[in-house]
Amino acid sequence: MHELAIMQSALDMAEEKALAAGASQIHRLRLRIGELSGVVPEALRFAYEALRPGTMAAEAELEIEEIPALCCCPACNADFHVAALNFECPKCHQRSGDLRKGNEMDLTSMEIS
Amino acid sequence: MCDTCGCSNLPPAPARDEHTHAHTYAQSHGPGHEHPHEHDHDHCHGLTDRHEHAAAHSYQTVVVNQALLGANNRLAEQNRGAFRALDMLALNVVSSPGSGKTTLLQATLNGLRGRLRCGVIVGDLATDNDAMRLRGTGAPVVQIATGTMCHLEAGMVAQALKKLDVRALDLLLVENVGNLVCPASFDLGEALRVVLLSVTEGEDKPLKYPPIFVSADAVVVTKMDLEAAAGFDREAALRNIRQASPKAELFELSAKTGSGMEAWCDYLVTARKKWLELA
Repeated sequence: MHELAIMQSALDMAEEKALAAGASQIHRLRLRIGELSGVVPEALRFAYEALRPGTMAAEAELEIEEIPALCCCPACNADFHVAALNFECPKCHQRSGDLRKGNEMDLTSMEIS
Repeated sequence: MCDTCGCSNLPPAPARDEHTHAHTYAQSHGPGHEHPHEHDHDHCHGLTDRHEHAAAHSYQTVVVNQALLGANNRLAEQNRGAFRALDMLALNVVSSPGSGKTTLLQATLNGLRGRLRCGVIVGDLATDNDAMRLRGTGAPVVQIATGTMCHLEAGMVAQALKKLDVRALDLLLVENVGNLVCPASFDLGEALRVVLLSVTEGEDKPLKYPPIFVSADAVVVTKMDLEAAAGFDREAALRNIRQASPKAELFELSAKTGSGMEAWCDYLVTARKKWLELA
């Protein structure tokens, strides 16, 4: 359940940025979560429901963009999707641990007023 | 709007419909400042819920693009810089509770005696039992009691470092809280992440807990002395580890009998040498 701590960080960061921009309310929060980040979007949404009352984001919509895991193949230098933990390049069957995408856990943007 | 007193801003009109109404505000104008008030106007600001285009109102979009764990990541980078400046290779050792982290560390401290000067930071929710066990090896040990937290964070490691004579160390072993999920997300600034899997846990654990295994630089299969008793399917386990941990070095050992410990200790000595050469 570290999603609770992570969602708290997201809300803290969002409130800080919103206050700095002179806003009083957050209307929308957009997160980017990688497939292999170790964070479950559903658990984040659950944590969000528990944490948002009383914050500037009390009425805000939460949007989560899920980022597929992409590895770069050392042989053919192409990115491939790591489906079902298969780290093998579909073209040349070389294995790769060079994860280029899928670890994201970011606050991308928000709407405030 | 009256530029002198701004009176057309006072107070907001109550409804969105066009209307004409008498000016009843108890607002007096200063001397020589008289003008007619006409309150027959369109509203263009969303002051009430009934406003028809409230939803389309221009909320400001703020682009942030920052990591949710940015604060932890920054502290982890500071730790990493400190470890580099001290020539101290740092390991983040993670596994489920009961996989044998502390026993492996005990045997590692004994095995590296005379080869690398080691220090330990050990995290648990409560008690300093692990620290007591590890101090028996003679190595300096700092216990972090995390309270209810299920993982270590970079800031906790930075605090614990202050209690160690870090200049006298070549290798820092950080034993994380027993948990295969949450520690995956928290960088401590380590050079190597070591994930343990004991033969009593089930061969498919790497597939069930991918993030931590994906991030592993080394995977250590522990309690190999119990392989037969546990009915451990070694081939399946190794296959699963290779699948989930594409970049990891693989070790099989028993800290209890000592089998496999030499290769593991040699790996740490070599890993530090390679890491120093990278600087």
